[in-house]
Amino acid sequence: MASTPQTQSSAGEEAAAVTENADLLRFATAGSVDDGKSTLIGRLLLDSKSIFEDQLEAVESTSQSKGYDYTDLALLTDGLRSEREQGITIDVAYRYFATPNRKFIIADTPGHIQYTRNMVTGASTADLGLVLVDARQGLTEQSRRHAVLLSLLRVPHLVLAINKMDLVDWSEEVYEKIHREFTQFATKLNIPDLEVIPISALQGDNVVNRSENTPWYSGPTLMHHLEHVHVASDRDLVDTRFPVQYVIRPKSDQYHDFRGYAGQVAGGVLKKGDEVVVLPSGMTSTISKVELFDTEIAEAFPPMSVTIHLEDDVDVSRGDMIARPKNAPKPSQDIDAMICWMTNEPLKPRQKLAIKHTTRTGRAMVKDIQYRLDVNSLHRDQEAGELGLNEIGRVQLRTTVPLLCDPYSKNRTTGSFILIDEATGVTVGAGMINSGS
Amino acid sequence: MTNTHVDYQLSQLDQLEAESIHIFREVAAEFEKPVLMFSGGKDSIVMLRLAEKAFFPAKLPFPLLQVDTGLDFDEVLSTRDSWVERLGARMVIATIDEAIKAGHVVDDGKTSRNRMQIGTLLGAIEENGFTAAFGGGRRDEEKARAKERVYSHRDDFGQWDPKNQRPELWSLYNGRIHAGEHMRIFPLSNWTELDIWSYIHREQIEIPSIYFAHEREVIERDGMLLSVGPEIQPKGGEKVETRMVRFRTVGDRTQTGCVESEATDTASIIEEIAVARVTERGATRGDDRFSEAAMEDRKKEGYF
Ligand SMILES: Nc1nc2c(ncn2[C@@H]2O[C@H](COP(=O)(O)OP(=O)(O)O)[C@@H](O)[C@H]2O)c(=O)[nH]1
Ligand SMILES: [Mg+2]
Repeated sequence: MASTPQTQSSAGEEAAAVTENADLLRFATAGSVDDGKSTLIGRLLLDSKSIFEDQLEAVESTSQSKGYDYTDLALLTDGLRSEREQGITIDVAYRYFATPNRKFIIADTPGHIQYTRNMVTGASTADLGLVLVDARQGLTEQSRRHAVLLSLLRVPHLVLAINKMDLVDWSEEVYEKIHREFTQFATKLNIPDLEVIPISALQGDNVVNRSENTPWYSGPTLMHHLEHVHVASDRDLVDTRFPVQYVIRPKSDQYHDFRGYAGQVAGGVLKKGDEVVVLPSGMTSTISKVELFDTEIAEAFPPMSVTIHLEDDVDVSRGDMIARPKNAPKPSQDIDAMICWMTNEPLKPRQKLAIKHTTRTGRAMVKDIQYRLDVNSLHRDQEAGELGLNEIGRVQLRTTVPLLCDPYSKNRTTGSFILIDEATGVTVGAGMINSGS
Repeated sequence: MTNTHVDYQLSQLDQLEAESIHIFREVAAEFEKPVLMFSGGKDSIVMLRLAEKAFFPAKLPFPLLQVDTGLDFDEVLSTRDSWVERLGARMVIATIDEAIKAGHVVDDGKTSRNRMQIGTLLGAIEENGFTAAFGGGRRDEEKARAKERVYSHRDDFGQWDPKNQRPELWSLYNGRIHAGEHMRIFPLSNWTELDIWSYIHREQIEIPSIYFAHEREVIERDGMLLSVGPEIQPKGGEKVETRMVRFRTVGDRTQTGCVESEATDTASIIEEIAVARVTERGATRGDDRFSEAAMEDRKKEGYF
C-alpha cells in the first residue's frame, strides 16, 4: 500500500458533523394521480442537490427518448418496472435528502383509493403529511380522503401544497378558495398544525425558492417549512413506556451476573433510581443502570435503543413492559380500535388472527365490527358488518394475551398493532387503539 | 456517565442507530436461525458494529455468512478476519466452487462469478436452514430498493415479489414465514451513503484499506477504472497506469472499478461524497450497468 501523508479534511469534518447532528423529519406525501407528486419530490431532490449526475442523466435521456419537451423529474422516483410501464406509483417508496439542519425521509405513497393501505403504511411513521392538489381542480374527494387518513394516523403536521399554480395564472383567488374550503373541512378532523402553500413543482416556485409570481403569498416556501417545523415536542416525554424486546444474558465468565433488558423507549424518560413496575406481572423494582452499548448513560428517552438494569431479580421477559407504578397502562384483553383492512378477503366477526403489539404477540378474535368509516364523507355505516380491502372501521377485539396499551392518540407506539393472517403469514390489518379494558 | 440530554433531542444518526439496533434485536428474538450476510464491504461492517452494540456484552446471537467468490480483495479478507476475531463471531463460508459441485449453480462459462453468488448464497441459506438473513442494502442505493421493506420476504426459491410485499407499519415487523422460506432483513434501509461514512468516522470503525486512496496499477475499460491483477490484464490498446485511486464498493475484483481520489482518511472521503457527482453504484459496479432494471431483476432472483 502506498504511504501517503494523512490529509485531514476540515470540510469533511464539517460535513460529518452536520450529518451526525442534524435532526430528522419523516414525511409522507399523498396526492391523486397526476397532481405532480413525483415531480415535486424530484424537484425537492434536485434543488437540494441530492440528485447525482448519473441519475439525472438517465432521467434526461429517458425523457428525450420518450419525446418529452422537458425533463420528467417524476422518473427520478418512479422505481419498479411495472410502475414505469403503467406510469403510476403503486407502492410506498422511500426517498432521502438532507439540508444542513435536517435529514428527510420521504414516504412517497400512491394516491388511488385502491392503494389506501400503502398510504396508511407510509403515514404510520410520518411526522408530517404533505397533500398535493392540482390548483385547476381544487379539492377532490381524494384530497379529503388523504387528509382523513393522515389525521386518523395522527400525523401531527399537515401541509396542503396547491400545485400547478402556473396553470391558473398564479391566481390568489384560486389559492384562497382552496385554502378556505380545506380549513372548513379540516375542522372535522384532528389536524393540530396546517400550512397551505401555493407551488409549481414543475418550475420550482415556492418549493425551495420563493416565487416572484406569488407576491400575495407571505408564508414559507415548502422547503423552509419542512426545515423548520417543530417536531421534537410531538414525542411523549412524560409517560414512561419501555417494551422489553430482548433479555441480554451473556453467560460468559466476565459477565456472569449480567442481566440487561434491551428495548427501544416508547415514551417518557428512564433513569437510574426510578421506581418502576413490570407489566403484566405488576412486580416493582428500581432502575439500577441505563446503558447504551458499553456506556452508562444518565437518561433514556424516545426513540433510544438501550439496556435497562433493575435492582431486584424480578422475572422479566420479552413482551413485558416497564412503566411507572403510578403511571402504567392497564393490561387489556378487550380492545376497541380503528382498523385499516389490507387484504382481499374481508374482515368478519368471529374471525381469528395473530396480533402483534409492541413486542407482544398473541391471537385476537373479532367480536364486533361497530361501523365502517367512509373516508370520503366521514359517514359511519353501522350496517356494514365487514371490512373489505382498504376499508377502515371501528372494531372490537378480544385477545388471548393482555395488551399493555395506550390510546393511539396518546402514544403511536403503544397504541398501534398489526394483524397477521395465521395461515398465510401476511400482514392483513393495521390497528389504532381507542381504548382497552 | 455521558452527558444528560437537556432537550431530549436525538440526532438523526443516533435515531438511525437506535432503529437499526431495534431491528437486530427484533430478529434475534423472533427468528429461529438468523444469519448476517457479510460481504466485507463498509455497509456490512457497519451492520456488524450495530449488531455488536445491540447485544453487548453478549456475543452475536447469529453467525456471519460470506460467499467466497475466490475473487475477493486480500485487504477485505484481512479486515474480515480482524472483526471476526475481535467479536468472537462464528463464520460460515460458502464457496462458489462448492455450490457448483452441490448443483446450486451451473457454471456455463458465460455467467459471471458475481452472478453465481446468487445461487451460492441461496444454496447456503437452504443447506444451513437459515430463516433470516441480514443484508446491508440501503434504500438510497437504487430505485428498486427504495420500495423494499426492512423485512423482505423470500419464497421457497429465494425470490422477491416486488408487487406483493407485505405492508410494513410503524416499527412492527412481521417475521412470519413458512418452512423453506426466509426473510431478508435490511437494518440499514434508512441510512444514506453519507450516514454510513459519518458513522464510520464517528465510531472509528475499521474498514478495508482499499476504501482509502492509494496508488494502484489500473486500466480504463468501458469508462471504468479496473485494478490490474491476475484476471484483469490490458488488451487491445489499453494502457496500464499507476494512479491514486480508491474503491467505493468492494465486490468481486474483476467487476469492481475504482475511482481517482486523494482521500486517505474518512473525513476526506466524506468531503468527496458531500460533493460527489456520481452515485456509488453508477460509478463502480460493472454488473449494474446493463439496464436500468438490472437491479430489480437480480433482486427478484434472490440477489442480496
Ligand atoms: N404545468 C405544470 N405541470 C406540472 C406541475 N407539476 C407536475 N406537472 C405535470 O403533471 C404531470 C403529472 O406529474 P407527476 O409528477 O407524474 O404526478 P403524480 O402522478 O402525482 O406523481 C406531469 O406531466 C408533470 O410534468 C406543475 O407545477 N405545473
Ligand atoms: Mg407519481
